Parts: sequence; C-alpha cells; structure tokens
Amino acid sequence: MKKVALYIHIPFCKQKCLYCDFPSLAGKEDCMLDYSAALAKEIDNIKDKKIKTIFIGGGTPTYLSLAGWEIIKKSIDTLDICDDLEFTVEGNPGTFTKEKLSLLKKMGVNRLSIGLQAWQDSLLKQLGRIHTIEDFKQSFEMARNLGFDNINVDLMFGLPNQTIKQWEETLQNVTKLNPQHLSCYSLIVEEGTEFYKRFKKGTLNLPDEEIERTMYAKTIEILRDKGYIQYEISNFSKNNKKCRHNLVYWELDEYIGCGAASHSYSDGFRYRNEENIEKYIEKMNNDNSVIIEKTKNSFKDDMEEFMFMGLRKTEGVSKSEFKKRFDKDMDDVYFDVINKYTSTGFLTENLDNIFLTYEGIEVSNVIMADFLL
Amino acid sequence: MQSNRQNHIRNFSIVAHIDHGKSTLADRLLEKTGTLTKREMEEQVLDNMDLERERGITIKSQPARLVYKRENGEEYIFNLIDTPGHVDFNYEVSRSLAACEGAVLVVDASQGIQAQTLANCYLALDNDLDIAPVINKIDLPSARPDEVIKEIEDIIGIEAQDAPRISAKTGLNIEDVLEAVVNKISPPSGDEEAPLKALIFDSFYDSYKGVVCYVRIKDGIVKPGTKIKLMNTNKVYEVVEVGVFVPNYLPVPILSAGDVGYITASIKNVRDARVGDTVTEANRPALKALKGYKPAIPMVFSGIYPVDGARYGELKESLERLQLNDAALGFEPETSIALGFGFRCGFLGLLHMEIVQERIEREFNLDIITTAPSVIYKVMKTSGELIEITNPTNLPEPTEISYMEEPIVKASIITPSEYLGSVMELCQQKRGVYIDMQYIETTRVVLNYDLPLNEIVYDFFDALKSRTKGYASFDYELKGYVTANLVKLDILLKGEKVDALSMIVPEESAAHRGRIMAEKLKEHIPRQMFEIPIQASINSKVIARETVKALRKDVLAKCYGGDISRKKKLLSKQKEGKKRMRQVGSVEVPQEAFMAILKVD
Repeated sequence: MKKVALYIHIPFCKQKCLYCDFPSLAGKEDCMLDYSAALAKEIDNIKDKKIKTIFIGGGTPTYLSLAGWEIIKKSIDTLDICDDLEFTVEGNPGTFTKEKLSLLKKMGVNRLSIGLQAWQDSLLKQLGRIHTIEDFKQSFEMARNLGFDNINVDLMFGLPNQTIKQWEETLQNVTKLNPQHLSCYSLIVEEGTEFYKRFKKGTLNLPDEEIERTMYAKTIEILRDKGYIQYEISNFSKNNKKCRHNLVYWELDEYIGCGAASHSYSDGFRYRNEENIEKYIEKMNNDNSVIIEKTKNSFKDDMEEFMFMGLRKTEGVSKSEFKKRFDKDMDDVYFDVINKYTSTGFLTENLDNIFLTYEGIEVSNVIMADFLL
Repeated sequence: MQSNRQNHIRNFSIVAHIDHGKSTLADRLLEKTGTLTKREMEEQVLDNMDLERERGITIKSQPARLVYKRENGEEYIFNLIDTPGHVDFNYEVSRSLAACEGAVLVVDASQGIQAQTLANCYLALDNDLDIAPVINKIDLPSARPDEVIKEIEDIIGIEAQDAPRISAKTGLNIEDVLEAVVNKISPPSGDEEAPLKALIFDSFYDSYKGVVCYVRIKDGIVKPGTKIKLMNTNKVYEVVEVGVFVPNYLPVPILSAGDVGYITASIKNVRDARVGDTVTEANRPALKALKGYKPAIPMVFSGIYPVDGARYGELKESLERLQLNDAALGFEPETSIALGFGFRCGFLGLLHMEIVQERIEREFNLDIITTAPSVIYKVMKTSGELIEITNPTNLPEPTEISYMEEPIVKASIITPSEYLGSVMELCQQKRGVYIDMQYIETTRVVLNYDLPLNEIVYDFFDALKSRTKGYASFDYELKGYVTANLVKLDILLKGEKVDALSMIVPEESAAHRGRIMAEKLKEHIPRQMFEIPIQASINSKVIARETVKALRKDVLAKCYGGDISRKKKLLSKQKEGKKRMRQVGSVEVPQEAFMAILKVD
C-alpha cells in the first residue's frame, strides 16, 4: 500500500495576524462543530492509504474547541497509520489548555509546532499576535510537562521596527528552552494583508535590506552554535529531528489534504479544496465533492517541481533520484542552468547532489525560476 | 475645358493641424451624403488601422466617393481623399493633394492656426489647389471664429469671410461645407481621348487583389484588360479590375479623366507601384510622366532586434510583410555584438518609426528591441573618402576622420508668446540657428530656426511640449547638411562596450548626455546577481559612472504548505519578466532601456 502524508486544515483563529495571508478566519467560532463533522467525513474517505505523517495546520488548530477535537479524533483513530508516524499539530500560545493537549496526546500527536514569532511583547503587539512572551513560556512548559518531546517554534525576522539586537535576543531566549526544531521565516509582506496596505501607504517601517540580511546570517550563525542544523532555507533542527511532513513537499512525494483550502498531490494529480468554510461544510454534508480544481501534473511539471522544491533543502536535489524518477540525466535537462549558477558560485555540487550556496539561498527565486522549462 | 460629367465631380482633401477635427468632419460628410448609413458609421471610418484609430491619426491616404444631391436636384460626385496629417508623411500628403483640385482647410475655432495648418496649407497652395476654409468646433465655449478668420486672411492670405462655421462633432452646418466644396473648388479637367495618365497617390497591398493602386485619372481612360505601364519603373501589367471607393472597393467598368479610383493589375509589391508614379497605356504611352515623383527617403534610422534571438526569422518576415504596404520602410540585416542579428531600419521620421515598431509587436506578436534613432551622418575620412553613417557603431576612429556633417532641418514653431523666451532658449540649447520670427497676433508667434535633425530625434519635441504646456506646435523639413563637431558616446556595462547603446552626439553636450544615459540605464536595469557598473565613455575615456547594486534578497521563506502552484506562479512570473529582457554579456537589460535614454524628465 502507498504511504502518504496527510495534511488537515483548521481555518479558525481568535484574531487574524496583520501579516497573515493563510486561509484562516476570526469570528467563525459558530462553525467549529459543523466544520469538524465535515472534516471528519472527509478524513473517513481516505481508504487504501497508509499514513506516514500527519500535519494539522491552520489557522490555529489549538483554537478549535475540545468538542471539535473529539469529533476529529474519532476519524483519525480509524486511519491506517505507520508505526513511526510523525504527527504534528500547530498551535498558538494562549489557546492551549491541559485538556486539549491531553486529548491530542491521546490521539497520537507526537510533535507540536508553536507560533511565537518574537521575544518582545512590543513586537508581538505590532504583529497582531494574541499572546505575550509569558503566555508562550507557560504553553511551552505545559507541553513539555505533558510529555511532548518534539517541539517546533516558529519565529520571524525582518519585522517592522525590529532591530538586529532584538532578533538575537529572540534566538538566544528561545534556544534556552531547547526546542527540537526552529522555523525562522523572513517576513514577506503579502498582498491582501493589513501589512500590505500599510506598506503601500508607506507606514510600514521595515528594516532595510542589509539589516534584514544580517538577521538571516545571524540566525544561521547563532543556531549553529547552539547545535541546530539548517536543513532547509528557513528550517533548523537538533538531533536530526527534521519535520518529515514538510520534507514530503520538498521531495515531491504524495500527500492528501483534508479541510477547506487544502491541497493534495496524489497519483500525479494536484487537487485544491473549496476555500469557503460554509461552502465546504455544505458540500461535505450534501455528499458533493469539495475539490474545486484537479490538474494533471505533466512530466515537465514534475521535473520543475522536483528541482525548485528540492533546492529549498540544504542537501539540495539528488541526481540519482532524478534519474530514478524521470529516467533522464539531470544534466541532459538542466546542464546550462546548473553550469551558469555553479560557475558563478550560487550552486555547488558534490558527487550526487546539487545545492544552493549561502549566496544562492539569498537570491534563490531567481535561480529557481531558471529551472522552469 | 470640362465635360458636363467632369463639371459634376469635385476632388478634394481635407487638411488640418492634428486634432482640429479632420477625421470627424470626414465622418460627417460621409454621413450627410448618405454614403454610409448611421448604422455603418463608426467613428473615423476612414482611419482603418487599429493604430490609426487609437492614436487619432491618419497614416495611409484613404479615399471615399460621396454622392451629394443639391436641393435643386443636381448630383455631384465628391472624391474625398483623407490625407496623413503628420510631417513624417509629407510626401504622401503632397501626392494626395496632387490628386485633387481643392482642399478643405479645417481650423479649430479656439486654437486657430497651428504649425501643421500652415505646413499643410502651403503644401496645398504649392499644388495650386483651391482652398475652402472651414472653422470647426464653434460649439466650444472658447471658440473665437472671427479672430480665427482674421488669422487665416492675415497669415495665409486667402479670403475666409464666408468660411462655414461648423461643429463636426455635433453635425452643425455640415451642409455649408458641402456647398463650399461645390462653389469654391474647381471641377477636374482632362482629355478623355488623350493617352492615359494617372497619378498613383497611394498603394495598398491586399492579400486577395495584390497591390491596389489608388489613382487619379488625369487624362484618358482605363478599364479591365488595358495594358498599363508604370512610367518610373517601366513595368507593364494588365489591368484586372478598376473601381471606386464607397468607401469599400466597388468595381466599375471604366475610370475616365477626372475620376478618382483604384486599379488592380496583379502587382505583387507596393515597391513596384510607388506613390507618385504615373500609370499610362503600354501601347499608347503618354509623352511625359506627371511631375513630382520621388521615392520616399528615410531620414531616421534605428536597429530593430528580436528580444528572443531565435525569432530573427519571424522579425524578417514581419518587416517584409509591412514593407509590402509601406514603400518608405527600408531595412537591411545588421549584426550587433550585444544584440546579435537584427536589422537597421530606415524611417521617414520618429512617428513612422514608432508605428512600425508597434505594428511589429501587435500584428506579429514579437517582442523587439529598438535602438536609439540615428540620422545619416556624412563623414569625410582623412583618406579623402566620403562615407555615410546610419549606425553609430560604424563611425571610424577619430584619427581617420577629417570632418563630419550632420543633417539640419528648417523648423517652424508656433507658440503662445508667453513661452517665447523658453522656446528660444530650448532652440539655442539644441544648437539651433535663429532665422526669423513673425507674430500671428499679439499672443502667438511663428519662430523659424535651423535645427540639427539629431536633436529633433533625441528629445526636442517632448521638451518643447513640456516647456509650453503642450501649446506649441512644430513642423520641419530637411534643409541640408552642415559640418559639426560630433563624437561617439559609448556605454559600457560591467566593463564591456554595448554597441547597441552607442550614440553620435555633439561634443559640447557629450559629457551631459553621458551622465544622463548612465542615470537612465541605472533606473531601468534591475538589480541582478552581481554588481553592474555602468560607464559612459568618449574615445575610451570614462566620463560618467553609475552602479546597479547586486541583488541581495529574493527568497521565499515560507513554503505555503502543500500549495506548490502558488510558488510556481511566482517563479513563472519572474521567468516571464526575464523574457522581456535581453542578455548583454552577463547582464540582463530590459527592452525599454534601449529607448529610455530618449525620454527626458
């Protein structure tokens, strides 16, 4: 049987952060139970697949009510899972309760991903976060006490009004808590967000480019000192506790998405689910398909995606894996591009792999775009 | 001596300054005479090309046959020949006028006489045409018809008291224009028995009919089966079809002296039926061709290259196709170190260049790079050899040059007098030589200057417009060549000379131009993976320098969960953007950068 990854989307948030453009909504608490029931139904449809990783993301999954979680748990309990299942749930400080975490633990969750973003209450406030540093510390401790031994913390740099010193402070303090995994994202001002509006108006005081780049360099340097290995552009782990679920995306393996606005890649097709929560619920209830887009990935699509997704990893893409998948030599398809960037120091190769150098990572979009055929 | 048939024909053009309402009046005349029903009316019926309609300009001559029924029952055939209004197409205008006996001179009731009013009116007078002045736009609150009539009488020196006062827009007093055509413009003359003599005033390539020659029959008759000879090319063809313009082609059995119509004769290329040529009978040729034939001479040259080098063949094909219809367009292959294979193209002027450029992009869907326009320089080498340079790259080394000459034009500028100082200052800056000036009235002045053509192709017109808030009008004609102190300005990107950006400039302003070029290029070249020094140099001496800093960050931190399509879209967009750029050495240069240097702030 095929082993696949499973993504489950919980679109609820207590409050929308000002930079966020993910499919998430505040003020939809009334829908929580109906949504959970619809979601459970969709999960129940997964047959003939063995699940190797589960990632419940959001939104703020931990904001979902206990009753909602109980509904979902029933369906998850019936899934055919691998023995070494990696099961992650995302959450935000201030939405954790002992009851919820215990339920998650019972459901088989063995990895938590906590959104912190910054170690300064002033910055958290500016981001529109609902929690304080104190809330985070409590949530983190609660999780540890309940036996969660694989925890990720999400952080962001390049924030409005953020200084290099503040960012260093964030990294120093977070690493003291010894999480197994850190995701450090450079802020992207996305269209449709409150930040974007301010950016257009010129009132978003972003650090200048050189400062932002210094922050990235500091991230790598400080985390390396603390024993974290960078394995992707924004991801670091200790003791090889990489996020196996995310590796599925980067390695062009199969995954099933459940819930509003989720995506799937299965049997060479890409699927996209209904985004609107109410419509999603209605369709599920009426036994209608929630898939609103289904496209066959061409051979060319697959090669392109294998390359530009794979290059996100520090180990890069494997030539032998490429040959195995596509029955072609990578050089036959990409010699010119690879040569262009290896000769200018943006790509490096060892025996089997091609990967971005530090300089390459910083301008990786330019390089990745060149891998489109 | 006119036959009765001829007495009921009027052949005329409408001449005007741009935007004075020439095309709108033509529309009204078509409508009023019932040539087209309301339903068939589109705005500016006579301007066929999309481009013409969008820009509100006329590029090709476009005739129409109107039947005007007077109140007393008399019927007149009007052949209206719509003419290009722009100085670039002066020769076409003059041939169109030569096909007429008269011209309706349209003058805007608030703007009054403008540079092209004068230029076009003088062209008409040179062709001995009767002029019927018409005052348009009298519905505008700012209209001052009495003053404008006085201007016409004072400046042009023709009677204008009874000029129809109309609004082509609203259709007011259009009848008066029709009557003025009958009364003020002479009927054609010409001997139907004499050997055929017909003037080609335009020619048009039609994929079904071959070349369609637009003609005015001066003497004789022509009908299908007639063996005709084109007197300047000496080529002989057999007429397939003759007809008139309604305004679409309508075949008729015969065209006789005095008529305006078309002839098709299986001619393959407009170059074989050039505007201005005379059609006669092969078996009974006229003794002398009609006067005034001259092939159109390109004055402005620039290189055209495909953005994607692999599309060179398509570019060649598109130029050939355009040339079928545009005898003035010249091109020959050239090679640039920076841009690869392309063509050096010759144009009548800047507008002509822009039109060709736009048609290649639109009608043939090709992305092209056009290099900065150049004029023809005459270079006397120390060896005694005189050469003509249309591409700055080909300029010999300074040590091999004895002296250089550049083309100058006779320019006339009409400006409100409040901007006089500013306009004169501009002309001085552009190395103009003052000739004279004349007040049209107390508030407006005609200024005459000799100006180097290369200043006009650089940014003169934009500068004039901005200094006069758009009120000045401008017209010019080639005057001749004068010696000048010129140097070649080179541009280096990342230390390498980019031949396609070289320009020939006056020595005195070379340093200034170099600085502006470097600045403009810095604005247009996006940051790339490495630092790009931009240098301007003259005779290998660097006179200006700018730097495009290396790209520091272009990375997507997040991975958007399983939504790979989103990331892919972003990358595809980036790739598309790159397609519009041209790789010059290791530097990606956007299309616009090659022309940007022409645009002043």
